[in-house]
Parts: sequence; structure tokens; C-alpha cells
Amino acid sequence: MQFDGDLAEIRFGAGLSPAVAPPESAAEMLSRLQGPDEMAQQFPVSRFEDAVTGAAAFRRLRRQRRQLDGKPGYEAADKAYREFRRAQNHDRYGWHGQRLLRHVRTRDGLRERLVLFWADHFTAQGKSGPTRVLAAPYAESVIRPHVSGRFEDMLIAAATSPLMLMYLDQNLSAGPGSRAAARRKRLSGLNENLAREVLELHTLGVDGPYSQADVRQLAELFTGLTVSREDAFVFHPGMAEPGPETVLGKTYGGGKPELEQVLSALRDLARHPATAQHIARKLVVHFLSDTPDPALVSHVAARFQDSGGDLVQVYAALLEHPAAWEPQLRNVKPPFDYVASACRALALPETRVAGLRPGQLNRLLLAPLTPMGQRWEFSGGPDGWPEEDAAWVTPQALAARLRWAMAAPRRLVQPLPDPRGFAAAALGGFANERVMFAARAAETEAEGVGLILASPAFQRR
Amino acid sequence: MQLTRRSLLARSALLGCSLAASPLVTPVSFAAAPWDTRLVVIILRGGMDALDVVQPYGDPQFAGLRRTLSGGPAAGAADLDGFYALHPGLAPLLPLWRKGELGFVHAVSTPYRDRRSHFDGQDLLEAGTAGLGEARDGWLNRLLQQTPGTDARTAFAIGQERMLLLEGAAPVSQWAPGAGLAMSPQAERLAALLMEDDPLFHAALNDALELTRQDMSLGLEEGEDGSPDGGTMGMMRAPKGEAHAAIAAYAAGQLRGDSRIAAFSINGWDTHYRQAGGLKAALGRLAETVLELQRGLGPQIWGKTAVAAVTEFGRTVRENGTGGTDHGTGGAMLLAGGAVRGGRVLGRWPGLAEADLYDRRDLMPTADVRRYLAWLLHGLAGAQKSGLEGGVFPGLAMEEDPGLLL
Repeated sequence: MQFDGDLAEIRFGAGLSPAVAPPESAAEMLSRLQGPDEMAQQFPVSRFEDAVTGAAAFRRLRRQRRQLDGKPGYEAADKAYREFRRAQNHDRYGWHGQRLLRHVRTRDGLRERLVLFWADHFTAQGKSGPTRVLAAPYAESVIRPHVSGRFEDMLIAAATSPLMLMYLDQNLSAGPGSRAAARRKRLSGLNENLAREVLELHTLGVDGPYSQADVRQLAELFTGLTVSREDAFVFHPGMAEPGPETVLGKTYGGGKPELEQVLSALRDLARHPATAQHIARKLVVHFLSDTPDPALVSHVAARFQDSGGDLVQVYAALLEHPAAWEPQLRNVKPPFDYVASACRALALPETRVAGLRPGQLNRLLLAPLTPMGQRWEFSGGPDGWPEEDAAWVTPQALAARLRWAMAAPRRLVQPLPDPRGFAAAALGGFANERVMFAARAAETEAEGVGLILASPAFQRR
Repeated sequence: MQLTRRSLLARSALLGCSLAASPLVTPVSFAAAPWDTRLVVIILRGGMDALDVVQPYGDPQFAGLRRTLSGGPAAGAADLDGFYALHPGLAPLLPLWRKGELGFVHAVSTPYRDRRSHFDGQDLLEAGTAGLGEARDGWLNRLLQQTPGTDARTAFAIGQERMLLLEGAAPVSQWAPGAGLAMSPQAERLAALLMEDDPLFHAALNDALELTRQDMSLGLEEGEDGSPDGGTMGMMRAPKGEAHAAIAAYAAGQLRGDSRIAAFSINGWDTHYRQAGGLKAALGRLAETVLELQRGLGPQIWGKTAVAAVTEFGRTVRENGTGGTDHGTGGAMLLAGGAVRGGRVLGRWPGLAEADLYDRRDLMPTADVRRYLAWLLHGLAGAQKSGLEGGVFPGLAMEEDPGLLL
């Protein structure tokens, strides 16, 4: 079993496209990944530092509206607030369109897939009005620049991102013995949320070698990580718990609280062998199978460990292993990937997306993900979206996929491609006899295209 | 696809309703349902304003707190017991009240305090825990986990809304009526052919088609609306407010069969603005839902049914400047069904004087809403107190029986 271009594009990339040739080698994939980020330049999404300023504006407009409650000027304040909210939603739809177009046009599909993978690994979401549109800018600025870097840098970027700090309540966590807690009774005290998830989800894994005492100690060490009034990351020593903390047997801090003590612990966690194992398994599960080949996981984990978490080397270990190229398609694409790869197979034109009004874009390309089981950017918790195929192929979610596949393509692309040619474009060598038969036998082009997109051959990768 | 024990287990945990139809599983006869009563849990998402629904017009402070949202019999509400009056939006349920098949518990809440976020409030309501992040499954699922004899059909999550309270390790069923697959017969045959050699897809498609046929027999299929896209595009959209009656009819249909628990949501309670209109519409949906359940279940099964409608928090006792109310704390729950001992408003009334309020702005919760839910589960499903206090609602003290059921 060895490299196959179609398989590489389907399994590790954005899916086949009639307009973009698949990669010719694993070396080409890795080299593009380390080259310029063409898609980010071509289809920009707001950077987090810019988008987050909207949170303060949102709060200001909301406050003004509340202050004018029942007084003259209320109507104008209310209108300003509502219009701002609507504009934010429209921005969010626009970013979604840009991200889909990246999937449609890229020659560097692995990068897009890795951004999705890591943004899910480090899930951070806006919990309330001011921050609820920030998941895409977070993926853009916090995750994307690090997907071909070192794991520890991505971990630090995520764990100190204002969105993560707010999502997991770290911004409110004050050491019980801190000056801030002594001064302000309303501070809720220590919050273990981020510390627990860093150990359980981001680094060692739920079966990792840590105890509740480590969670508690790490939570005390994390105190001081918070956000400023402008929603920027700050380290606030006044909230930090005084004294040293011991995590996994190593002692940090003790003197004046400093950010460097926290970063040092994060680096140690990133380099821990349990982290190598956890990340390797997660990558293999994500790209290959719910039941990963233990030899492949060990191979990838060893490279993670040996390279100090140099992610390009980790991906290289994955791509060089024969088990990565078993031709049988296995994992079911999650809804975003499903819709994005369908748009790529349809060669959805940039002008078509640009011509959609925000509401149309939402109805055609974003809202349909919800009945498919993926309310985009609002997964149920910090553990992100499920990897198990069975989570996506429920009767209800499968019905939603079929409805979208039958109805959306003709609204996106006109004229629709001939189903027979479309089967080859969408599936290449994976267009089996059943698919070709359905493409010929469908009563209409729309049904033919829909059936090809509905085939397990297209839904798996 | 390789079928492993793990994938089969994962699959059955998520969509146990497929098991019966699945060609992978040797046909087995399902055990008789573990109990005979029926429970419907409705999550009222958005934070229902308890003070406007069950209006404490007998409280001397009440009238002064609500400038335009005036309540009480003088404003058209039906007097319930000389102290509370029922919002006209629930007037269609008054016959149930008179028969003792409708009741309320006032001034209840989850343990959630202070942040007043819908997101966290609903998570906690559905997790059933004392604090956030203490469990990743829901309390109804934990009930199933600890009850022998349940299977995937025992509990049904209905609608496209995620129902966290039913998520977890125990298998449950889920379907949104009217979200079926209206394909041409030819497309249906070809889709079946495409999926025939992929067991996971094959079973899910069969279930989807079967559930669609059930929808059609209930008259819930998406009609052709004359637009170029027919009904198909319509079904891609998230369901709108009209879905409630279809969901109730569907729930009743499943509860007439093997299901014993149904859970779904009714949205639209976040009435910051012009509450008079918004709340009336939401209550109309709630009333229609309860009546549709009663009709669909028929007298015999309605007689052993309890419906509990709960919300993530109440709203501010004072009206805001836009004819609405903002996120608060203490709220109310609604109980209906032939199995409940209704015609009463339960709960200890805390009063509305400034000093009686929570944070000087919200109705003070005088009881944990989980306590009432736990007693319902005790009475309906025979769940033991130890399991309820230890597993379903960890750390809850159920205290004495409030006597919710006949």
C-alpha cells in the first residue's frame, strides 16, 4: 500500500475537484503545508485581534441600550444594538463562505484539514452575545499559524487565547490566597475548568497519568491568566495564588507569580510522552479510522516524542506509513467537511458565493449543518465534535445529508454537471459500479448529483 | 466497513431505534417496557417569565413591579386560587386545571446562579448536576442507565434541537417529525442500492425511510409548496415555531407504542422586548402542545401520563423599559397529565418585597427544581431515592414527598 493521489486528496485533503489536480506525492503535500498560506491570502477571514474588538462594542451598545431603558433615545440605542448584532452575524456567514471557498480552491488541502482538526482539538467558543461570533477568527489567528509549527506553541497560543480563557472560565479564576480574592468577595475563587481540560483534552488525555491533585495544582498555577477590559490576554499577578505549585511531580513558581512559570508547565505537558500518545492516536483516528492501527499510532507517537512535537515531522510519519494508504475508505466526513467537499466537487464558483446574500448563504451552506448534527462553531462542549462514524450516520442526520445533497447543488451551480461525469470528478477511481449505475439511472440531473453525493463512497474518506 | 463490537455498541448507543430494523442484528423480541406510566419533559428554552405565567396577583408588591405587564383577574387572567392567576395564553388549559390535571410549582430553579447565561443555564438544567461541567451526560439518560429493562425505544428525543438531558451512554432514539426523506421512488431505490453494501449507512437509511413513512401516516410529511424546490429545500431549514404540534403528535404516537419517555423543546421564551406579544405566542404553543399530547395519547394513556415543562431560569421581577423582562433566577414549572395531582400551585412563595428578592432583582428560588423532577421519576419510573440522589441528580436532597402524582 502506497501513496495514491486521489486517495491523498480524499483522505488527507479537501476531496477531489474537477478544477484542481490532486497532489503527486506526500513530499508535495508537506512542502505546500510549509509554503505560503495561499488560501488565507485569497479568502481572508478577520483576525482574532480585530474581531475581538467587536465584543467591547457589543457590550457598549448593549449597556447604552439598557441605560436608556424607558428614556428618550431608547429607540435609537435599540436600533444601533440590533444592527450591530445583525452585522456580526453577517460577518460570521461571510467567514463561513470564505472558509468553504478555501476548501473548494486549495492545492494545500491538508492545511485546511489540519486547521479543522486542531481548532476542534482546542475547541473554544463564545458563550454569550459579545463573543459568540469569534470561533472563526480564533481558528484563523490562534490555530492556523501553528498547524505546521510546534505543538507546544499551539498549546500556549490556545491556552492563553482570550476566547479560551473566557470559554473555560479561566478569566474569573483567582487564587484563594491572592490579593484579588482578598479584596473582592464576588470573585468566584479558583476555577479548575481550563486546568482540567488542558490535562484531559489538550495534552495527556483522559487516561493520562494525572490526578485530581494535579488538576488543582495546575488550576492554582493558571491563576493570573485572564483578559483585559479590551478582551486582550493579560497575566494579572494580583489574581495569582501565591506559593509554588507541583504538577506531575515538578514544582513551578514559588517566588513572584510570573507568566513564564505557566508557560514552562505548558511546555512540559506538551512534551510529555502521554501527550505524544494522545495526539498521535487522535490524529490517526481522525484521518484513518475509529479503530486505529496500534503500530501506526506508535510510529506517529514516537516521531512526536523524538521531534519534540514538530508537527510537520508528525504528519510526515503519518503519511509515510503504509497503513495510511489502505484503499478502503473508512471515516465518515463530518457535516462541514461533507458540505465543503461537495462544493469542491461541484467547483462552486467564487462569484456564486460572493453573490449570495448573507441570509441565503446561511440557509444554503451553514444552517443545513445543524440537522446533520453539527451546529457549526457550537459543539456541545470543550471536547469538540465526535470522531465516531456512528455519531454522524443517524437516521435523522443522514436524512438531512440526503436532503441537502438533493436540493442544494442546483441552487449553487448552474447548469449542474452531467451525473456521469460528476461521478468521475467527485470520486475518481472510487466511483464504484453502484455509483455509476445510480448516476445513469437517476431520473433528473439533480437526483443524479444528489445520489452521488449521498453515496457512502463520497461520504467516507 | 469493519463491524466491530465497539462500533456496534457505539452505534446502538446513539440510535438504538435502528436495532430492530437493522439487518445486522438477529431479530430479538424487545422486553416489555420497564414501566407503564408515561413521562414527557419539555424544555422551555429562553427563560420563561414565571411571574407573568402564574401571576401572584395576591402579593401586594406584584402590581407595582409590572407597569405594562399588569396581571391578575382584572387584566383578563383566570383566577386559580385567590392568590395566583393564570395568563390568558394558557386559558385553553383551564379545563385541565379544573379536572386536577394541571398544576404548577412556583419559585423553583436549578442551582445555577448569577451569570444568567442561557447557554450555561440550559446545560445545567439538562445535566441535572449541582454545578457546570460535572457531567457530560443528561439526567434522563442517567435514569435509563440505572434502570434495568430499558432499551433504545424507552426514551425518545424529538425535534432537531439537541436534547442534552437524554444524551449519554444509555441508548435512546431521536427523530424530528417532518424532517424525513421526500424522495422520488426511483431516487429512494437508488439510494438504497448505493448504501446496500455499507451496513452503517444501510441501516440508518432504512430507519430514516421507515420513520418518514410513520410521519406520513401521521400526516406530518412536508407538503409540496409550489416553489421550484418543492418541499425538499424547506426541510433543510431549521424548524420554525409551528413544529410544536407535529412534535407533540409524534411524541404521543411513540408513547402509545413502546416509548415511556419523550423529551423535546419549545423555544421563544426570551422576552426582553414586548413580552405581551411574545409570551402569549409561546404560551399558545405550550397549550397546544399539552392538548395535542392529551388528544394523541387518548384517555387511557393520558391517565397515566405526567408532563413536566421546565426552563433554565426565571426573569427579573421588574419589567424593563421595553415592555419585557431580563434574565433572572427563580422560575416555575408546569405539570400536566392524568397522572398528576393538579389543580394546585405548589412551592413556597418567597414574596416580592425588595428584601425577599434574589440579588434584589429576581424571584428568590425556594426549592431546587430537580427535587420535583426526582419525585416524578420516583413515582413514574419507580426509581429509588438512593439512585436519584446519588446518580441521576448527584448530591440532591429530595426531602419529603411533595405528592405530585395521584
